[in-house]
Amino acid sequence: MLTLAILIPLIGAVILAFAPPANRQATRLAALATALLPLIVLIVVWMGFDTSPDAPAFQAVEDFAWIPTLGVGWRVGVDGISLVIATMSALVFAASIAWPIELDDRSRQYYAWLLFLESVSLAVFLVLDLLLFYVFFDLSLVGMFFLISRWGHGEAQSAALKFFLYTFVGSLAILLAIIALVLAGDGPLTFDMRVLITRHPYGAGGWAAGLTLFGFLFGFAIKTPLFPLHTWLPPAHVNAPAPASAILAGVLLKMGTYGLIRIPMSMMPETFARYAPILGAFAVASILWGAFVALGQADMKRRIAYTSINHMGYAVLGIAAAGSLFFGSEGARQLALTGAVVEMVAHGLITGSLFLMTGIFWRRAKTYQLDAYGGIAGVAPKLTALFILAAFASLGLPGLAGFVAEFQVFAGTFAVYPWFAGLGLIGILITAALFLTMVQRVFFGELPADRRLFSDLTPSEYAIVGVLLTLVVVVGVYPRWLLAPIHAAAAAITAGPLG
Amino acid sequence: MMPIGDVGPEIALILASVAGLMLSAFVRHQRQWMAILPAATGITIATILCVRQLGATPTLSFSGTWALDGLTIWGRLLILGSTALVLPLIPRWLSSDRRHGEFYSLLLLSAAGTMLLAGAADLLEVAIAILLSSITGYCIAAYHRDWSISVEAGMKYFLIGGFANTLLMIGITLLYGMLGTTSYASIARMLAGGGAPSPLLILGIGLTIVGVIFKMGAAPMHMWMPDVAEGAPAPAAAFLMVVPKIGGAIALARLVVLFPVDVVDLRPSIAGLAVVTMTLGNLGALWQGDVRRLLGWSSVSQSGYAMMAIVVIGITPKALPALLMFLTGYAVGTLAAFAVVTYLRGRTNIEDYAGLAKTKPWASLVLIIALLSLVGIPPFAGFVGKLTLFIAVVDGGYGWLAVIAIVNTVASLFYYLRIVRTVCFEPSKGHVDVLDSVSGVSTALAGLAVLALGLLAQLLLGPFSHITMVARG
Repeated sequence: MLTLAILIPLIGAVILAFAPPANRQATRLAALATALLPLIVLIVVWMGFDTSPDAPAFQAVEDFAWIPTLGVGWRVGVDGISLVIATMSALVFAASIAWPIELDDRSRQYYAWLLFLESVSLAVFLVLDLLLFYVFFDLSLVGMFFLISRWGHGEAQSAALKFFLYTFVGSLAILLAIIALVLAGDGPLTFDMRVLITRHPYGAGGWAAGLTLFGFLFGFAIKTPLFPLHTWLPPAHVNAPAPASAILAGVLLKMGTYGLIRIPMSMMPETFARYAPILGAFAVASILWGAFVALGQADMKRRIAYTSINHMGYAVLGIAAAGSLFFGSEGARQLALTGAVVEMVAHGLITGSLFLMTGIFWRRAKTYQLDAYGGIAGVAPKLTALFILAAFASLGLPGLAGFVAEFQVFAGTFAVYPWFAGLGLIGILITAALFLTMVQRVFFGELPADRRLFSDLTPSEYAIVGVLLTLVVVVGVYPRWLLAPIHAAAAAITAGPLG
Repeated sequence: MMPIGDVGPEIALILASVAGLMLSAFVRHQRQWMAILPAATGITIATILCVRQLGATPTLSFSGTWALDGLTIWGRLLILGSTALVLPLIPRWLSSDRRHGEFYSLLLLSAAGTMLLAGAADLLEVAIAILLSSITGYCIAAYHRDWSISVEAGMKYFLIGGFANTLLMIGITLLYGMLGTTSYASIARMLAGGGAPSPLLILGIGLTIVGVIFKMGAAPMHMWMPDVAEGAPAPAAAFLMVVPKIGGAIALARLVVLFPVDVVDLRPSIAGLAVVTMTLGNLGALWQGDVRRLLGWSSVSQSGYAMMAIVVIGITPKALPALLMFLTGYAVGTLAAFAVVTYLRGRTNIEDYAGLAKTKPWASLVLIIALLSLVGIPPFAGFVGKLTLFIAVVDGGYGWLAVIAIVNTVASLFYYLRIVRTVCFEPSKGHVDVLDSVSGVSTALAGLAVLALGLLAQLLLGPFSHITMVARG
């Protein structure tokens, strides 16, 4: 079943890449239809997902041998965390593919790359084999590299190269760490995540465990990205086409935090716990750095890009708090982890829609400078309403998804690292300021003469952003359906090696 | 009674080579391409003979001079497969050469020499094998006799090779002088007692290793690789980048396990050479504006990776499969890249590749797949090779070597991606001439192999994991 979610977009990509030319609209519809199928598959799996306390941790599992000599197999399956992140990712992909974009004659290739990227990104969250995880993690770089450098604008190629080199360095560090991890334990060589989670290859740890953990943290910190390894992110976002930006922020960044939860935190919990305070400190630095630097940006896309660093900082803070076995109660750590995962989902939906909307500005006026706009509320009321809704959600207004996430992260972290939580709250304050000033400068005030013809959202743009933001509201008002699977998985992970 | 059948594959190649020579002595220039037929037949028969040897108990044959084990057999299969992929590139490329037919014979002899090298279990046999494969190699490198760059490549190859071969002979002489034997089995027995070795013995070992390393194209004997890649006829370059390296790597692996650790531990020095080789190769390729030279330098760096597996051979059982898997991935990747270059009539300036993705999408696809495989991007054969390599090295306790290799891999990404970027994103320069459809077939096959051997790696890794080595008798 889950294999289908990976296979369908891949087959779609291959067919699109080699199909005879068709008109752009037909191509887009075909791609959208293909992209909706994995979403349906995941929703069906979600419906059948068992959240009762004695349900198996990983469900909908499929397991086929691939390279038995190395203990590598095609293993897919979900727990509550990967299920919700994968579903959110499928939704962001469908929205990004549906998003209307001006293309030259190579629209088939564009949609083929998007579908390819969807296939490998979903695979990152769905596979239960460390080697496959690495493989798809790497392939997602290839897909994004081509999307940015081929269909980006401005300094697209150098931004894409920077993105690729940075994250490739990270992924190779992860590869080395994976190799060290699978070789560390007793028993036959295997890359099966479930086996490694129960095996705890490093036991209580040692210097080798510390080095391995460093490899993972380094690699995932680049991807997330965490200060000071974030410098690839702003140029990649600014120069990418809007749908690629939405996917980069909504899906690819989650691979870093998901990896942190799935691998070091679950497979080497004692070692992770020892270094969790350091990770927490870097998370707080990201929160503050992202917020303050975002405040100083005059380019709206760059500003949102920096808030991504800030928001992913919340998620990492929650993960660090959840992983620190030595402080705080189990309940608090569980709360922090649940919050971190909800933050990932909320950030995917909110920032995904924000980036899609910046695409509207680029399409209409070819600039992201805040000063080039003003008074847009007068000519584009629908865009104004949706943008303000997303901005409020992003700054954590109660009743919207961002609040559910941040509240739990901070409530959990207060019990574990009160100082970090206190410092992190400053970040929320700054975020509020930077979103409000951005909204004010773009939508209110005097309308520049050359923006008189700025047109409002088209029906399809309205519908796409509308769907994403409706979910943001639903999660904010009634989060139970989302929290149930996450909670079950978080309980299993934070119970630690003794649980 | 001599076990002639044990060297059946080599004999098949030599007979085919003679047949080709006879044929090309009698047919007219336009028909010289027919010499490919005995060559292909010889390779097919040799392959069949090799496959039939699979699964036999590893033994020393010919009075202990020839190791017939899994390593030899798989090495020979790899050499035969690589040579077979080179064959279709030749007919059109050399069609204007009056001595077209002899090329196939030289190629087969060179391959036979390399196969002999893979199985050599006696220092003198190592020397003979290296000489056979080198001398024929010089000839095919300089086959464009009227083109100064090709002659220069052959000359440089010859000078470095002559130097390396001399050192090898001196090394073997010293070893013979100190130990009184050249056979591996006897050497292992002589050294089994341990104890401090004499400086002359160490010198002998060092010189022998340098002589073998020349075949791998590793530092300090690597300088011929970029020149041959650039100047030799493109099919010859493809052959010389790949095939000698396979034989050299296997011979080096046998030497490393031959000398007991308590007499002389070669591993740290091989590890050092591996680091130097991969780094030099990458630095050389970094700003290279000539695609063929770039591939030559990249081949140097790949030798460095291959040596990583040799470093941990004997320490971990994962090393031998890793070496073979890596060599396989390297062979198909490099052959695919050179096949594309040949298919595109040897165009070599990187700017001439601009926009190739539009004009020649399939050739570009093969080139990109080949380059990504050489970097080690999944799911291609090169990735499985590097993965098993890293696993073996970390398992053997040389984690730092894996870290250096990873840093080098990142650096290599830069120049491989430069080609990909030129091919995909730069505006096309108009019409592109291609060689012929036969070389196109070879290109497609090599590209397919890069993908298939990655996805179906178990087909190779399964048998590889049972391979043993009889170097010590």
